[in-house]
Amino acid sequence: MTVHQSISDETRPAYNYAYLDEQTKRMIRRALLKAVAIPGYQVPFGSREMPLARGWGTGGIQVTAAIIGPDDTLKVIDQGADDTTNAVSIRRFFERTADARTTEATDEATIIQTRHRIPEAPLKAGQIMVYQVPQPEPLRKLEPHEAETRKMHAWAEYGLMQVKLYENIARFGEVTTTYDYPVMVNGRYVMAPSPIPKFDNPKMQMSPALQLFGAGREKRIYAVPPHTNVRSLDFEDHPFRIQSWEQPCALCGAADSYLDEVVIDDQGGRMFVCSDSHHCETRRAEGHRGAMLADASVLHLVEDKP
Amino acid sequence: MQDDNQIHAGFSDPVFQSQSAFRALLAALSEPGLACDIGVSVETPVGLEPATAVALLTLADYETPIWLPAALRNGPAGAWLRFHCGAPLVDDPARAAFAVIDGAAPEPKLAAFHAGDDQFPDRSTTVLVQCAGLAGGETVTLEGPGIAGQRAVAPAGLRPDFWAEIEGNVALYPLGIDLLLVHGAQVLGLPRSTQIVEAR
Repeated sequence: MTVHQSISDETRPAYNYAYLDEQTKRMIRRALLKAVAIPGYQVPFGSREMPLARGWGTGGIQVTAAIIGPDDTLKVIDQGADDTTNAVSIRRFFERTADARTTEATDEATIIQTRHRIPEAPLKAGQIMVYQVPQPEPLRKLEPHEAETRKMHAWAEYGLMQVKLYENIARFGEVTTTYDYPVMVNGRYVMAPSPIPKFDNPKMQMSPALQLFGAGREKRIYAVPPHTNVRSLDFEDHPFRIQSWEQPCALCGAADSYLDEVVIDDQGGRMFVCSDSHHCETRRAEGHRGAMLADASVLHLVEDKP
Repeated sequence: MQDDNQIHAGFSDPVFQSQSAFRALLAALSEPGLACDIGVSVETPVGLEPATAVALLTLADYETPIWLPAALRNGPAGAWLRFHCGAPLVDDPARAAFAVIDGAAPEPKLAAFHAGDDQFPDRSTTVLVQCAGLAGGETVTLEGPGIAGQRAVAPAGLRPDFWAEIEGNVALYPLGIDLLLVHGAQVLGLPRSTQIVEAR
């Protein structure tokens, strides 16, 4: 087996390129091809032990490890941010094991591994999104038995999910699911889009990018090919709606991005900022200024380059 | 050049060659109807198209039974696959994870391969169809996941009822076999999710 060559002498790798052995990569690659051929169907795969705990993105890491090559540029985000712990450690993992080129710029990346967000910048043809999925089974909270949910998918028995959404509306007047909002893929399989906010669901519809999903603990891989119909479940009289905010991003002034609420003092002070850190930085570099940018800059929380 | 008893070499650099070949296969199946260059060349045994050989080296191993036409199975291609992939070669098309067929040969029918079962549609056969060309044949318009709008393909050298068989396969969705049409170093994906709009 070829050991990756370009790592310096002091850190001799005891593992294959991109960490996984070739037999494991073949197994994952076969699962990926079947997943692409049956959009939204969860393909079982032999998830391996990874050098981080299950639940920290091992599914996404295994998918990325099986597809990444020397020509790729990798971006990793965690809740939209490039600089949070999970994103930094996964990026460093691939820098060390696959000598990967990494970037924070969405449009430069060929592979974007993500936890819980889709970037705000539109994806392009040829890009691959890799989602880290904690619970791949959208029906699991309604039916705990795998043997049953498998039959429900086999026979497209999705009435239970519609009932759950209906009960939400009956009780609260609207569907209260705000993340991991179930979608129907290619008119056949109900799929968990991973815990992305429902704000991001419309970005999956007919996306030009290939979307791959890896659930390490639950040992499932699934996929949405480019230009595939991904419809969020709803009712005619209660159409699917995304979140909206009353104020724009406090740092860059964006009114059309997904905002995180940040507590800034113990007096009840709040600010809303873009969850996509690269999007926010790009906008600030372009000269967009939010209401609290100057304050945040004084505290050295962000750089303010007018 | 070489005598038939000698097994040709496989990948010279298995890690990176299989990675780039896989990306071509992934692109082919995620954008059906688009001819993708497999981008790697190996010394191919008689009877296998270069892209067929590379695809099987990339994907097949001891877990994946392969079905080959008898002439290939008993020839250098069979020996080459046994040696490099360690894959069992099976007689029954329905047991195969991968199969190689000649697009012009009347048998076996696509329906002879495993279409998966309703709870595990992923267990179906992936069939590599070696054809005379990926262009210049009868034009067929495709639509479905992976295709923005519609896409026309015209692979050459396929048996007359091939597209009718494909329609039968598509009707099984979400079951069905997935096909890769192969010619030379090029591969064109035709997964079960791709529908035929019109054949002319």
